[in-house]
Amino acid sequence: MFTILNKESLAPQVDSIIIEAPYIAKHAKAGNFVVLRINEKGERIPLTIADSSKTEGTITLLFQKTGKTTEELGMLKPGNIIRDIAGPLGHDTPMHDYGHCVLVGGGIGSATLFPILKALKDRNNRVTTILGARTRELIIWENRFKEVTDELLLTTDDGSSGRKGLVTEVLKEVIETGDVKLVIAVGPVRMMQAVSELTKPFGVKTLVSLNPVMVEGTGMCGACRVNVGGKTRFACVEGPEFDGHEVDFQGLIDRLGFYREEEARALEAFRKKKCKGKCKSA
Amino acid sequence: MRTRDPEKRRRDFKEVALGLTQAQALKEARRCLQCKKPKCVSGCPVEIDIPKFIAAIREYDFKGGLEVIRKCNMLPAVCGRVCPQENQCQGSCVLGRKSKPVAIGALERFAADYEVKSKAPDAPVSIEQNSIKTAVIGAGPAGLTAAADLAKLGYDVTIFEALHEPGGVLTYGIPEFRLPKKIIHREIERIKKLGVKILLNWVVGRTQTLDELFEEGFRAVFIGVGAGSPKYMKIPGENLNNVYFASEFLTRVNLMKADQFPVYDTPVKRAKKVAVVGGGNVAMDAARTAMRLGAEKVYIVYRRSEEEMPCRLEEVEHAKEEVIELMVLAAPKEIIGDERGYVKAIKCDRMVLCEPDESGRRKPECSGEEFILEVDQVIMAIGQTSNPILVRSVNGLNTWGAGYIVTDNEGRTSIPGIFAGGDISTGAATVISAMGAGKRAARAIDSYVKELSLAKK
Repeated sequence: MFTILNKESLAPQVDSIIIEAPYIAKHAKAGNFVVLRINEKGERIPLTIADSSKTEGTITLLFQKTGKTTEELGMLKPGNIIRDIAGPLGHDTPMHDYGHCVLVGGGIGSATLFPILKALKDRNNRVTTILGARTRELIIWENRFKEVTDELLLTTDDGSSGRKGLVTEVLKEVIETGDVKLVIAVGPVRMMQAVSELTKPFGVKTLVSLNPVMVEGTGMCGACRVNVGGKTRFACVEGPEFDGHEVDFQGLIDRLGFYREEEARALEAFRKKKCKGKCKSA
Repeated sequence: MRTRDPEKRRRDFKEVALGLTQAQALKEARRCLQCKKPKCVSGCPVEIDIPKFIAAIREYDFKGGLEVIRKCNMLPAVCGRVCPQENQCQGSCVLGRKSKPVAIGALERFAADYEVKSKAPDAPVSIEQNSIKTAVIGAGPAGLTAAADLAKLGYDVTIFEALHEPGGVLTYGIPEFRLPKKIIHREIERIKKLGVKILLNWVVGRTQTLDELFEEGFRAVFIGVGAGSPKYMKIPGENLNNVYFASEFLTRVNLMKADQFPVYDTPVKRAKKVAVVGGGNVAMDAARTAMRLGAEKVYIVYRRSEEEMPCRLEEVEHAKEEVIELMVLAAPKEIIGDERGYVKAIKCDRMVLCEPDESGRRKPECSGEEFILEVDQVIMAIGQTSNPILVRSVNGLNTWGAGYIVTDNEGRTSIPGIFAGGDISTGAATVISAMGAGKRAARAIDSYVKELSLAKK
């Protein structure tokens, strides 16, 4: 049983919650995630540990309300209980004195990048962060990043904040002007793919954090398998970060769509039940 | 043993085998010769005094019979259902030489089920506690047995389980129609009454390290984390949509109750034509589950012949009764997908059997002929291997093969105070052999802790 201590709305459809989980908080490192199940009938979903405090014994999770489980999670309030949380899971992001690193985030990808940024800065790396979104209000944790990163560059599709355009355009300029040693991209699959394709000819090491469907999250079921460098790898125990130049992104996209029908059905049933048939379908 | 009508049972998840009636149990118990030197006992990995429990059943003392079993085995209702008795106790029964061996497994199940039916209140447990903390990692058959035995010896035992339910493979692997979940719950509750605590969602190696457990005062640790990681064939098409590992397919249904989607949130894909690859118990479980999810046709694709199938005899018989087709001497070489990345067929080599290999089974070789089976789902049930999470978090732990822990027969590892047993030390095997390992390790832990206290004095 895990108690929600705090909840915040960060953007339309994006919430963050702070949860009491002292053992997980004590061991959480950049790159790690948890698997949670809200209640007895719930599914197990993976969520990145976006922040943690050893002293407070808490972890912070960020989520976009795109399906039944995240929508239900978004309805919980401080004081409510999440039945199961297991973690921290997944490999830690490898930390070295890289030199100049560039973090590229799309939407909710900020959640994964923030602890990585902090860990990179703890090792005195120079870090440029590029955050992109459709529009200004969808850029997550701008201020938090500003406090820690050496340089923060924003892009929006509509030009409401930062540069109008895609993160890859800005990334290209950064790579061309500086001696970039490492790029870490987290966000929509197509964005991570575009970043990896961009950096490949420059020979810049690129890590992407993958988000396949998971069930138990500890390497036992193989639901989260992805093809990396021609080999089947389990994202939960061998990832979730992989070399972006080796990932079969199309395969990942195909597998991510496998349960789309069921996901829609579950969400619809949930909304109907939630408003007991009184409200219009969303 | 009585079973439900295959036509009805193959579309629901209710238990298939019905157990013995009291009259049948008495009749069967009377067949036992009560051998002075019982061979059956030496065939039992957890050393149950089989003649004694059968003698009690003969005298209508069903509760007494169960107590005899429980001295050695805290999971009688489970073992009475899933043990491969034909290779163990019953395989050693002297009656088997001339006619049928005593149905020991069915009698064990009868004794366990009788208690539930009679609603007899639990006898109060009185154990002299020594307050010495011992830890067990994994709440599967090995861990539960080690924990129960340590608790009976007076230890303060905590089990750490990674999943949200205890039971290990009994919970996520074996289907409801073969082992109802309420039976597992009941037996686990009884183990808790011995004083065993179970912490769920606790991934030792990540949530807490083994070193931290020792710092918290645990004197010894038993690792029984199983061999949960699925093996794959490394053939083209394995990552297509609707290719499942049996572990995922069964976990979705057994642990997450995907058969009841959308009442439960986890879905599973229901297919029309399903090929299950493999010939073990897991393959049978997956095939029979696919049938119950509504498949029109289920094939079991196996590269040797029926005779070499490693599953229990009863499982393949039940599968055949449920109109599951065995496609033997067939080795998959490619899974063929459509333009959307979904399975549409599986291509196999036809095999012939040659000389026996190192396992003693005749080795299959390609005949040169191949064929294509049109299916819309493929389930891989070709075995499991070690799970790396805990093992890689412990420095100095000797391993063999794909990361299995090296132990002696009593479960001692290369690190004093750390013991291991079950699939994580032997590779994938049976529930009962894991329980036997848990039992031996509990004894070894007891003597280790006693020696440690003596040394301190």
